[in-house]
Amino acid sequence: MRENRALRILRVCIYNLPHGASSPALEAVRVMNLIVPGEPLIVFKDVRIGFEEGDVLRGISFEVDPGETKVLLGETGSGKTLIMKLAAGLLRPDAGHILVMGHDVSEMPEKELLDFRRRIGFVFQEGALFDSMTVEANVAFRLQEEHVAEEEIDTRVREALRFVELEGALEKFPAELSGGMRRRVSIARALVDRPPLVFYDSPTAGLDPVTSQTIITLILRGRDLQEVTSLLATHRVQDAFGLANFRFDKLTGHVTRLGGNGARPDAPPTNVMVLRNGEIYFEGAAEELLHSSDQYLKQFLLSAE
Amino acid sequence: MLEASETPTLPSVLGDALKRQIFALQDYTLLVLQSLKTAITPPFYWADTLEQMDLIGVGSLPIVVITSFFIGGVMVLQTAAQFERFGETALTGDAVSLALVRELGPAITALLVSGRNASGIASELGSMVVTEQVDAMRALGTDPIRKLMTPRVIAMLTMLPLLVAVFDFVGLIGGFVVSYFTLRLGAIQFWTRAIHALELGDLVQGGTKPIIFGLIIATVGCYQGLRVKGGTQGVGRATTTAVVVSSVFVLVVDFFLARVLIFLFHK
Repeated sequence: MRENRALRILRVCIYNLPHGASSPALEAVRVMNLIVPGEPLIVFKDVRIGFEEGDVLRGISFEVDPGETKVLLGETGSGKTLIMKLAAGLLRPDAGHILVMGHDVSEMPEKELLDFRRRIGFVFQEGALFDSMTVEANVAFRLQEEHVAEEEIDTRVREALRFVELEGALEKFPAELSGGMRRRVSIARALVDRPPLVFYDSPTAGLDPVTSQTIITLILRGRDLQEVTSLLATHRVQDAFGLANFRFDKLTGHVTRLGGNGARPDAPPTNVMVLRNGEIYFEGAAEELLHSSDQYLKQFLLSAE
Repeated sequence: MLEASETPTLPSVLGDALKRQIFALQDYTLLVLQSLKTAITPPFYWADTLEQMDLIGVGSLPIVVITSFFIGGVMVLQTAAQFERFGETALTGDAVSLALVRELGPAITALLVSGRNASGIASELGSMVVTEQVDAMRALGTDPIRKLMTPRVIAMLTMLPLLVAVFDFVGLIGGFVVSYFTLRLGAIQFWTRAIHALELGDLVQGGTKPIIFGLIIATVGCYQGLRVKGGTQGVGRATTTAVVVSSVFVLVVDFFLARVLIFLFHK
């Protein structure tokens, strides 16, 4: 209870820090032992899960470091969403361990998991917005649950919606929004409390290329402005390369290409993991994936174009 | 050899079906206990509970009022001929009053509310499950049982007894109107007999049953909704199952509850 109150105060402090002052924000998070320097934020150790139709994940092991963006690529049904849900403690593995911010989410009881999940953000595949609530109520949901003052909720909701360029949609219901707008509201809902870790489950699935690019730009902004560590599942190779090759420049306020004009050496690491038949088939940098001579990976990249 | 081991035998099929039913019963019991536990521990969702009270209580009022008026009336129509044969038409008030308060009020109100609200609860929660809204709630750190199920259970537990009271009263009005025009019974004669016929045991029966029935309707509706599988088709199946299971459950429990209460109050 005391920890929750401390976390709430901490969140308010972090939230009130101006953009660009996110390194102190990360430091503040470290103070709360949410992020231990040098320790990975997510650790999967030989995780297995299966259903009636058979095993879906067969011994998955990987790590995500603080500040890293890990992109999970794979065909439909390869287990990308399962990994996201397992990491958020929404599902329990049949075997193995999952450590997130030092907590073993595969062992925690649901009551503790509920408190733990307030420290992370989750963007669902179809947005999963509460359809009986307005956009404003959807974004404000977590803050209201934490009994944040009404004026502060209003300020933070407006700021979150401004971040996704949907400030004018406050009073609309999810049914009145397009698919892309729903995803943007979902991103605002996940980022409203400025969590240090965000899971994006196929945020561009079913969207046209232009809207997909808008969503990736938002994720870039979240990563580069708020220093969010993220795990992103997608079947679009373009999303992985978008995140690996571009960054949002805090100074100019524009997306710039890494390696070209405006490239910065402090680019956050983006790594790619390709899943196949419930196992990790490839893990490494996006460039390595692009130049891989493996037949399956070549075919996977070709099919995505 | 291999073929023989793969072919399911009748005992194995029956055994699996039984195991599934026992597992479902265990799952349902745990869900009910969890919901009751969250009903007495903070945080409470009073706004959601009030909203559900309005949906269940006020929303069901029109069907309860209309149905009860005509049930009270038809009871008089059916019993009047018998009472006239023995020249005891004055007993009409007793018969209508006892039947409504002890049995018809709780049972029929429960069936009406089950048809209207168990289906509504199951489809609403089921839709939230298939569109991942329930998972989103968990991901945002909110317990869906506390936020979605408990308000519905509390609302049903408080609203069903009130709806039964309305059913009994309006049913008696319906009975009086029909007996006034068919049997020429006066208001004082009907109402005096109707009120005096009721004893403490009758009122306890009439008051206990809706609480138990309310628990059944709300929890079965929530259970079916929260355990939906198979997309929108699954939601449709859950909705139907919620109404069927809660209605049958209500009538079966009604029998055993009546037996216990008759034993306790010797009538």
